[in-house]
Amino acid sequence: MNGEQPLDLDEVFGSPDGTRKKRLGIITSGSLKAGMEAKLDASTPVEEMKVGRYVVIEGQKLRFFGLITDIGLGALDQRIPANPPDVTDPFVAEVISGTSTYGTLHVVPMLTLEKSASGTVSGPQPVKTVPPHFAAIHHAQEEDVARVFGREDGSHYYVGTPLDMETRVCLNLPRFVERSNGVFGKSGTGKTFLTRLLLLGILQKGGAVNLVFDMHNEYGWQGTSEEGKPPVKGLKQLFTSKVAVFTLDDASSRRRGVTTDHVVQIGYDRLEPEDIQALQEPLGLSDRGIDAVHTLAHRLGDRKWLEQFLKLESEEREDLAKQLDIHLETMRALRTSLDRLRRLDFVVPKAQEDSVDCVVQYLLRGKHVVLEFGKYDNLLAYLLVANVLTRRIHDQWVKKVEAATSDAEKPPKLVITIEEAHKFLNPKVAGLTAFGAIAREMRKYNVTLLVVDQRPSGIDEEVMSQVGTRITCLLDNDKDIESVLMGVSGKGELKSVLAKLETRQQALIFGHAVPMPVVIQTREYGSADSYKEFGYLEPEEAKAQARQDVRDLYGE
Amino acid sequence: MDKIAEVIEATTGEFTAQSYQLHWAPPLGSLVKTCTPMAAPVGEAHEPPLHEPPLHVPVPANEQARTPGAAIYGVVCYSATGSLEPGRRPVARGRDLEEEEEVYRQNPQLARLLCTSFKALIVGYHDGSRVWHYLPPRPPRVHAFVYACRQEEVAAFTRSLDFLTLLLGASLSIPTDELVAACLRTSATARQDGRSFLVGAGKELALLLAGEPARLNAILRKIRP
Repeated sequence: MNGEQPLDLDEVFGSPDGTRKKRLGIITSGSLKAGMEAKLDASTPVEEMKVGRYVVIEGQKLRFFGLITDIGLGALDQRIPANPPDVTDPFVAEVISGTSTYGTLHVVPMLTLEKSASGTVSGPQPVKTVPPHFAAIHHAQEEDVARVFGREDGSHYYVGTPLDMETRVCLNLPRFVERSNGVFGKSGTGKTFLTRLLLLGILQKGGAVNLVFDMHNEYGWQGTSEEGKPPVKGLKQLFTSKVAVFTLDDASSRRRGVTTDHVVQIGYDRLEPEDIQALQEPLGLSDRGIDAVHTLAHRLGDRKWLEQFLKLESEEREDLAKQLDIHLETMRALRTSLDRLRRLDFVVPKAQEDSVDCVVQYLLRGKHVVLEFGKYDNLLAYLLVANVLTRRIHDQWVKKVEAATSDAEKPPKLVITIEEAHKFLNPKVAGLTAFGAIAREMRKYNVTLLVVDQRPSGIDEEVMSQVGTRITCLLDNDKDIESVLMGVSGKGELKSVLAKLETRQQALIFGHAVPMPVVIQTREYGSADSYKEFGYLEPEEAKAQARQDVRDLYGE
Repeated sequence: MDKIAEVIEATTGEFTAQSYQLHWAPPLGSLVKTCTPMAAPVGEAHEPPLHEPPLHVPVPANEQARTPGAAIYGVVCYSATGSLEPGRRPVARGRDLEEEEEVYRQNPQLARLLCTSFKALIVGYHDGSRVWHYLPPRPPRVHAFVYACRQEEVAAFTRSLDFLTLLLGASLSIPTDELVAACLRTSATARQDGRSFLVGAGKELALLLAGEPARLNAILRKIRP
C-alpha cells in the first residue's frame, strides 16, 4: 500500500533520548531526620561522586539543596554479590553497572528554595520537609550556590570554592563578627592560613577591628607558607595605614625587618591574683599556692603585692607566712614560680607607659592591632599577656558600652584572635580569664573572639556552645570532632564529611554566618594576583596611582 | 521497498507470512512490517462491519486501514520451508546426483510444491500518527503484504526498548532468549553506534531480568559485540 512512502523517523518514532537534563539519580527513600537515600543512574559513575559535594533535589514545589554525606553500593538481586557476573568482559561490566548493581548516595537536605510561578526563586529556608519519591538529583549549579551563599559584595567575603566547583562561597562577615567564632584543625592543616584570610576579610568588610595575639609572628608583617615558597604578606604589608604592629620583643621584630608601632611592657602593678590563677599550669602552682596569692593580694594590696612579694628577703617572707598562716613550703614554692615571671623581659616593675591604654586607643580609632610575641612564643608569656590585655580591654569596652547613649557612641566591634585557645578556655580556667566571659556574654558589649585551636575538645563546653561559626580543617581525634560538632543538627553526617577532608586547604564551615554547612577549597593566597584582589598595589604601582590621583585632582 | 511476503495467518500476537521466494525468509530477529495495519472488513466503507466496534475505539477500523503510513511491526521469530500441502511430504531425490542444485533443476515442480514461510511476533504498530511499542488493537489482515524494514527504520524503531517485554514474555518453539539476542544483534548492525545500543539494551534487560541473573548473563554473552 504505502510501503514506499518515506517516513519522518523522528516524528513517528519519537526523538532520540538525550535532550533530558543530565541527572545523577533519584531519591528512593529516607527521612528528614536520617537524610535521603538516592540511587545513582547507570550513566553516573559512582567514582565521580564525592562526600561534601552539593546536590539539588528537584521536588514538585520545592528545590532541596543538600550535601552528599555518604556513598555506597547496592545490588538489585541479593544473588548477584554471591554469584558475580563476568566483569572481566568490559561489555558485561558496563551493562551491569548502574542496573543490576548501582551506586547509592546519602544526601542530607539542608535548605529549600521555593519555586515560584514566575520561575524565580525566593531566598533559602531551613528544610522542614523531604522531597517526594523518585525526585531527580542534580549537581548543584553555580547559580544555586550563589543564591545560597550570596554573591561577593560589601559584606560577603569570598573564602573559597565548593569542592569541584568554580563558584565563590562567601561568608557574611558582619554576621560572622556578631558572635565568637572558631577555626579548628590539627596542626599543619592550614588554620593559620584560614585565620589570616578571615582577618583580612574582617579588616575589609567586617565592620570590626581586630586584635590579634600573634604567638608565632604569622599575621603582622609576613607569614611562613608551604615549604619552598616565599613568605606570604601579613596584614601590615597589605594595609599599612590600617594596621599597627605591637611587639613584646623589639629585637626580634627588628631582625625580621618589621616596623613596629609600639613595644609592650607589663608592669607588676598590672598583675592581679586572677591573672596568676590563670597561669597556674605554666607556672606550676599548686592550689594552695593560688590561695596564698589571693591572701597576699588582700594583705599587700592588688596593685603592689607582686612587687613587694618579690622584694622580700627570706626572713621577711617567713614572718609574712606566719602572719598570714601560709605554709612555709607553699610560700617558697610560690616565690620560685613567680620568679619565672621576672625572667620575661617585658614584665617590669614599672612600665614606662601603659601599653594596655595604647592598644585600646588604637582600637578605638579603628586601627587593627597585631601583637607579636617575638622570641616569647612560650605558653607562659602568651597566656600572661593575652590575659592581662584582654581583661583590661574587656573592662573598657563594658564601661564604654554602658556609658553610650546611642549606637554611634559605642566602641567599634572588636574581634580578638587567640591561638592555643584551649589553654584560655579549658573548663578549669574559662571562668577566671576574661576570654571565658567574652565568649559567653560579650556579644552584647561588641567584643567577640576568634579562637584558633587544634584541640577543640579542651575548650569548655559552655564556651564552645557560644561559638557561632565554626571553620574546621581536618580533625582526626574523635573527641575533637565530637566537640566541634556539638549541638549541630546532622552531626553524624557532618562527621563523615569532616573526617574525609584533605589535609590541606580544605575546610568545613558551618554555623551562624553560613546558611548551611559547606566544604570549601580555601581561596588562594600568596600570589601577586591574590594580593591584588585585596586591593594591594605594588610600591611602583602605588606611586603611579598617586601621581595619577594628583593629576586628576589638579589637572595637568 | 520491495515486498517480501504475504500474511497467510494472523493472530493478535503474531502473524505467519509466506515468503515470495523459496528458501528465503528474513533473518531471525529482524524487523518486518505489514502495511495494511489492522484486520478490517474488505470492501466498501459503507458495508456494515461484522461486529460493532467498541465505543472507545476512536477511529473506525476501516478508516484506520486507509490511514497513510499505518503499519504493524513484527520481529521474525521462526521460519520453515516445507510442502504446500500438509498431506504431501517431500521425499529424497538426490541419491544419484552430484549437487543439490541438480535436484531442483531436474524437478522444476518442486518450486511450486514447496514454500518458505515465517512467523513474526508483533511488537508494535503505527496508527498513522506515531509508533506504539505494544500490541495493536487488531492483527493484520491475511494477504497483507510484508516488507523488510530499512536499516534506518530499524534503528528508529529500536530507540525505544519497550518491545523487549513482548519478546521476553513470548512462548515460542525456539528459546525466547535466542530471539531476544538475535533481535538485538540485528538492531545493533542497523546503526553506527551499535555497541552503545547493545549496552543500553543490556541495561534494560538487566532491569527486566532482575530476578534471573543467570538468564541475563546468558543473553549478555550472546549479544556482546
